[in-house]
Amino acid sequence: MKYIDEFRDGELAKGLAAAIAAAARPERQYAFMEFCGGHTHAISRYGVTDLLPANVRMVHGPGCPVCVLPIGRIDMAIELALRHQAILCSYGDCLRVPASAGLSLLKAKSHGGDIRMVYSAADALKIARENPQREVVFFAIGFETTTPPTAVVIKQAAAEGVNNFSVLCCHVLTPSAIMSILESPEVRRWGTVPLDGFVGPAHVSTVIGSRPYEFFAEEYRKPVVIAGFEPLDVMQAILMLIRQVNEGRCEVENEFTRAVSREGNVKAQALVAEVFELRRSFEWRGMGTIPYSALAIRQAFADFDAERRFGLEYHPVPDHKACECGAILRGVKEPRDCKLFGTVCTPENPIGSCMVSSEGACAAYYTYGRHREEIAG
Amino acid sequence: MCLAIPARVVEMPDPETAIVDLGGVKKAISLALVEDVAVGDYVIVHVGFALNKLNPEEAEKTLALFAEMGDLVAAQDGAAGSA
Repeated sequence: MKYIDEFRDGELAKGLAAAIAAAARPERQYAFMEFCGGHTHAISRYGVTDLLPANVRMVHGPGCPVCVLPIGRIDMAIELALRHQAILCSYGDCLRVPASAGLSLLKAKSHGGDIRMVYSAADALKIARENPQREVVFFAIGFETTTPPTAVVIKQAAAEGVNNFSVLCCHVLTPSAIMSILESPEVRRWGTVPLDGFVGPAHVSTVIGSRPYEFFAEEYRKPVVIAGFEPLDVMQAILMLIRQVNEGRCEVENEFTRAVSREGNVKAQALVAEVFELRRSFEWRGMGTIPYSALAIRQAFADFDAERRFGLEYHPVPDHKACECGAILRGVKEPRDCKLFGTVCTPENPIGSCMVSSEGACAAYYTYGRHREEIAG
Repeated sequence: MCLAIPARVVEMPDPETAIVDLGGVKKAISLALVEDVAVGDYVIVHVGFALNKLNPEEAEKTLALFAEMGDLVAAQDGAAGSA
């Protein structure tokens, strides 16, 4: 497909690999965090790691919205379906994430919950229009890519007077997560991650632009290169990061100029600002409570806020004791460091969130990485 | 979750809706988040919404840059080999 296949070209990849090998100085180590699960997926699926010199290491970050969703939030969605008998609409990725009491959304469905998988927030609103006698709730999760569509449907529901529709808002913010990795006290518990720079989000940046990352480059002296999700994009970004490190620069560079500008999508940003406001605090799975790291629905649209409508309360729930998702999401540990990985925790039977979504570090490594290592011996 | 993909707009039944072609599969998406989209444009599609337009000139520039990187290294290797 156009604008996909060209960015997966094997010959060009060889050239880029040679350029990376020539740029990386043998006397030093490089560690870069790919923030997005989309990058993790591309790196694992196309074996980008194999094309990098041994002294260039990629660290998986927390940028998979399914992975950072805490158990307590999924419990709220299950409560809506089972206790309040609402039709609960969710993106497919969330269905298998383990929740409390041995439940997941999928298991709650088998217990009689009316839980429906939707491709788009617009589909959830359609279900509400078609079922005026039922309460319909959209379980809204995701970073800045999925937030504008949620804003659009809330505005539409308000304009049309769809009174049986509401949203359980769990939208989170990318810059807050990056900042928490760089300075949160929890990092000290696991040990700090020596990072030389970040591969910045692709599609999130189409919405928010490259400007929000300038702060990290300036204040934390970390280079950021925003990259597309195809393997050649990631390789080019790694090369750009190595060059910044070699030259002692800490700047925001944009490899994904075909879709990202400094300003981003101003129309989408305005819609988000109209419908949502910052939450004072939000718990992230594996990263603790981070102030001003998520969004809540504004008072003007309170009728469409499922938390207010159903009087829901958030109760934090600890992860499984042996699960290392928290440390993996921060880049402190790798999937194979977890005792549960590949034994009791598999994509078919995930214990932790990183094993659920195909963009999760554990799922990507389980699917594409571990056999390669077995072959390599 | 974030794996949005570029797709070509093949029809616009109304200003807020586009029919896009995803490798032969046609799908209706919302244009509520973007402006000035026309038939033939490529848009980044995610959860049923176009997030942004794709700039074909910038895409070509990026591809040219990839090719240049490889050529540069090959030329350096050649020069080193002949020295």
